[in-house]
Amino acid sequence: MITFDRVSKRYAEGHEALREVSVELGRDELVFLTGHSGAGKSTLLRLIMLIERPTRGQIIIDGENLAKVKARGIPRHRRNIGVVFQNHQLLFDRTVFDNVALPLVIAGYEHREIGRRVRAALDKVGLLARERALPITLSGGEQQRVGIARAVVAKPRILLADEPTGNLDPALSAEIMQLFEAFNQVGVTVVIASHDLALISRLRHRILTLREGRLVSSGG
Amino acid sequence: MISGRNKKHSAAGVRREGASASGISLRQRYNGWLAHHRQSASDSLERIFNAPVSSVLTWLVIGIALALPAALEVGLSNARQISDGWNSPAQLSLFMKDSVTAVQTETLREELLARPDIAEVIHISRDEALREFTALSGFADVLDSLEQNPLPNLLLVTPVSGANQSMTLHAELAADPRVAEAVMDMAWLQRLNNLMELGQRLVLALGGILVAGVVLILGNTIRLAIESRREEIVIVKLVGGSNAFVRRPFLYTGLWYGVGGGFFAALLVATALWFLGAPVADLAQSYQSTFRLGGLGIMGSLNLVILGGLLGLTGAWLAVSRHLGSIAPR
Ligand SMILES: Nc1ncnc2c1ncn2[C@@H]1O[C@H](COP(=O)(O)OP(=O)(O)O)[C@@H](O)[C@H]1O
Ligand SMILES: [Mg+2]
Repeated sequence: MITFDRVSKRYAEGHEALREVSVELGRDELVFLTGHSGAGKSTLLRLIMLIERPTRGQIIIDGENLAKVKARGIPRHRRNIGVVFQNHQLLFDRTVFDNVALPLVIAGYEHREIGRRVRAALDKVGLLARERALPITLSGGEQQRVGIARAVVAKPRILLADEPTGNLDPALSAEIMQLFEAFNQVGVTVVIASHDLALISRLRHRILTLREGRLVSSGG
Repeated sequence: MISGRNKKHSAAGVRREGASASGISLRQRYNGWLAHHRQSASDSLERIFNAPVSSVLTWLVIGIALALPAALEVGLSNARQISDGWNSPAQLSLFMKDSVTAVQTETLREELLARPDIAEVIHISRDEALREFTALSGFADVLDSLEQNPLPNLLLVTPVSGANQSMTLHAELAADPRVAEAVMDMAWLQRLNNLMELGQRLVLALGGILVAGVVLILGNTIRLAIESRREEIVIVKLVGGSNAFVRRPFLYTGLWYGVGGGFFAALLVATALWFLGAPVADLAQSYQSTFRLGGLGIMGSLNLVILGGLLGLTGAWLAVSRHLGSIAPR
């Protein structure tokens, strides 16, 4: 589903964030991406989302070489990928419902269909009762679940999460990880960047380890 | 940008570029697109009304900038109306040669009257002229002492047409062998026309400057609006919002500011005319004229509002194309 072929990324400042990373992630896989802060985890996810372009090497997603995706095609590319961020990136002046509806609104779904899908997604993350709430009135774990509902509402084939449990206590973190596993079970390719080794090593999934931009282990 | 505020979870959107995800039909997508337009339009309006003071100030600034050239143009067209009233009887005075008798002059008068381009010819014979002059000037003694009448026979010719053709008529009549001199007092008319031309150019130049000013003001207003919603733009781009999608609410914001400004401009011009109307009518009456100040009219006001809207869109477009690109997810 996602193939990295000797991908390097050097930022404008000259720092080499990724060096010759080659890896292949299968369809239906859930993969953890780990490594110290600054190892290049976020950079790898940003390359998949086309927030950044690789300096060298190729990224192929679902058979499509990302080098061929022009600036105009980036929005469409991103609509096929769900993303969850550590800091949620919610719109704080909109309700939970409107936040989750955003990708559907962008994709051009009709009113009724949006209502149906948003409620289904909120139901999955256990927040159906809070659809009218403003994000600011929710706890950190609830906000993160809103972010997850938004990431999956348009049924993307790939789900990326960058430190999704970074601000949460262990119990909440485990809950969030269970959610990701549930989505993975229905056929979504999931990539989760996390430096919380204690948490992810308990879950039995493949772990990619980055060290100073190099992929030092890609086993499970 | 995103549909729906707290009260209503409406929804829609566009997919301008690219294929459909998860099989949205073209019809659905069109409906969604339409709904997002509706939503962006009402959302932008709501935002404008939510900050009434700064919005009204923006409207007033734009209104004043548009009202100035509009008011000048209205003034000019009023002046044109007045001068048109003066224009047509550009009289020609034909002074006959000394050898031409009153009878011969009368013959010429009839010849001229037969022409289609001449409305009226008045014959003032030299005796008549002398009598009149004597009575009016008070130089009776001096004139009496003259052996012969120094005044020529005179024809006062009123052409039917406007100033342009009276030039050719003037040349034609001056060439007549019986005519010593043909005098047309056109200088003041020409001067007036030059002044009008100058005024017209002034309106154009001022209009151009102020219109550019309006576009810049609106561009800056939209830039601030974009700046204040930077985070939202980043998020929308992160989840796949196209440029058109992100742009739309700001274009509507520009449109509303422009339309409101145009409306204020029409209002200002109407107010100014109402303010001037009574004294102008009094003035006209003192000249035995029934002249009344003309205004913008409904069409003129509507044009001002449309112009405002177009300028608003232009300003928003400039701001959006300059500033939206630089806001990208990190
Ligand atoms: N936008 C950027 N510009 C310059 N350097 C960056 C940028 N983003 C990340 N880096 C650098 O690249 C390296 C990898 O960063 P990142 O991918 O964020 O690591 P991680 O997510 O594993 O902490 C770090 O040294 C970081 O300082
Ligand atoms: Mg990171």
